[in-house]
Amino acid sequence: MDISVIVNNFNFLIVQGFIGLGTFTGGTLRLALPAIIFGFILGVFIGLSRLARSPWIRVPATVYTEFFRGVPLVMVIFWFWFIIPFFLGKSLPEYGVALTAFVVFEAAYLAEIVRAGIQSVPRGQVEAATATGLTRAQTMCHVILPQALRNMIPALVTQFIVLLKDTSLASIIGYVDLTKAAQIVNNREIRPFELYLFIAVVYWLCSYGMSRYARSLERRFAQSPA
Amino acid sequence: MSYHFDWSVLWTGQSGTWLLQGLVTTLELSLLAWLLAFMLGIVSGALRTAPIPPLRWVSTFYVEFFRNVPLLVWMFFWYFAIPPLLPESLQNWLFDHGVEFWAGWFALGVYHGARFSEVMRSGIQSIPKTQFEAALSTGLTVPQAYRLIIIPIAVRLIIPPITNESLNLLKNSSVALTIGVAELTFQTRQIETYTAKAFEALTAGTLIYLMLCLAIAAIMAWVERRVAIPGMIAQNRAGEF
Repeated sequence: MDISVIVNNFNFLIVQGFIGLGTFTGGTLRLALPAIIFGFILGVFIGLSRLARSPWIRVPATVYTEFFRGVPLVMVIFWFWFIIPFFLGKSLPEYGVALTAFVVFEAAYLAEIVRAGIQSVPRGQVEAATATGLTRAQTMCHVILPQALRNMIPALVTQFIVLLKDTSLASIIGYVDLTKAAQIVNNREIRPFELYLFIAVVYWLCSYGMSRYARSLERRFAQSPA
Repeated sequence: MSYHFDWSVLWTGQSGTWLLQGLVTTLELSLLAWLLAFMLGIVSGALRTAPIPPLRWVSTFYVEFFRNVPLLVWMFFWYFAIPPLLPESLQNWLFDHGVEFWAGWFALGVYHGARFSEVMRSGIQSIPKTQFEAALSTGLTVPQAYRLIIIPIAVRLIIPPITNESLNLLKNSSVALTIGVAELTFQTRQIETYTAKAFEALTAGTLIYLMLCLAIAAIMAWVERRVAIPGMIAQNRAGEF
């Protein structure tokens, strides 16, 4: 074990590779945070569409989620890697490709969380809202969604952990996240054991910390039902 | 957009062979990794409910450490960092027998073993204690209660989440392309490189994955229905996916 390789490259690994502040676009968090936000927005629409009455809305949304949940993320990343330059006529930087792929892919999983969250709101709530004279849209916005969102939070945190780990796959198209940063340093220093163990610990600290947080949220919500 | 589709690239030349080889490697890798993961999952899942604290700590450490680090990092770790530390004879054997395959197998199996373990544990813990007590009150001994009541219920309960996890394992086997295992995604990329027909190659790979996943899900749903205890399980799962 020779930890000087970590100490000497700490700045590059953490500030550039993990957080994403530095001379060029990269970073695990810089990819993961926008991906979860935009993925959630798209996921809400798809999740709501899956519960729509009209089959013209419901079926495409179902196909979307089932498709992306049945295909490996690596495959989806390669798809966007080829498709985006084809449709735009010019190539996007790795960041754009990776972000698009993650938003589209994660939206399928987030849509399932949204759907489950909405279905977890008791039917009586809808009936009570209708009885007070609210329209369907008003019921959704003022009664169902606020309660559903609250029920979703632990699952969303868990999904963010999954996403954070998945962003390591962006390195296969050359995006410099924490994993790629470790690869770059390793190519120069040939210290795979120290480097990969170090980034494993960094990922672990984030994921484990958040999973503890998700569990405490779950317990708190279980004690005080909405 | 002026893309000339030419689907024949998929069956002319070597493409067909490559796809088939990729599919076989994906299945081999997934199946062997699944066996490893399943064994690790059962053992560590059971140990996590065991009344012996040190065993519980070891299995908790295993589960929490391995499932909270990206699979890709594990692939790199087992492929780049570990072989140089092994004894020379084992190293030679590995380099003669496809070190990337075995590193990928180990990474995939150990990572998913930690995830299987959680499924096993929650399966055992989700059985109401009253089942156990009722079994004892009818005169069964503790091993009989486990063998005849608890385990048969637990196995049925975990079929849906185990199916889900098995599909995740199959899809995650594609990560092994990063260390050079010639599985399905790898071969898809190879066809794309040789023929410059990205759409056709990616479509073929994607469809094979989709069909594999759908087939496994269908088989497992059939198994679940076949072994279901009438009126016992399958309710209260409306919101689950």
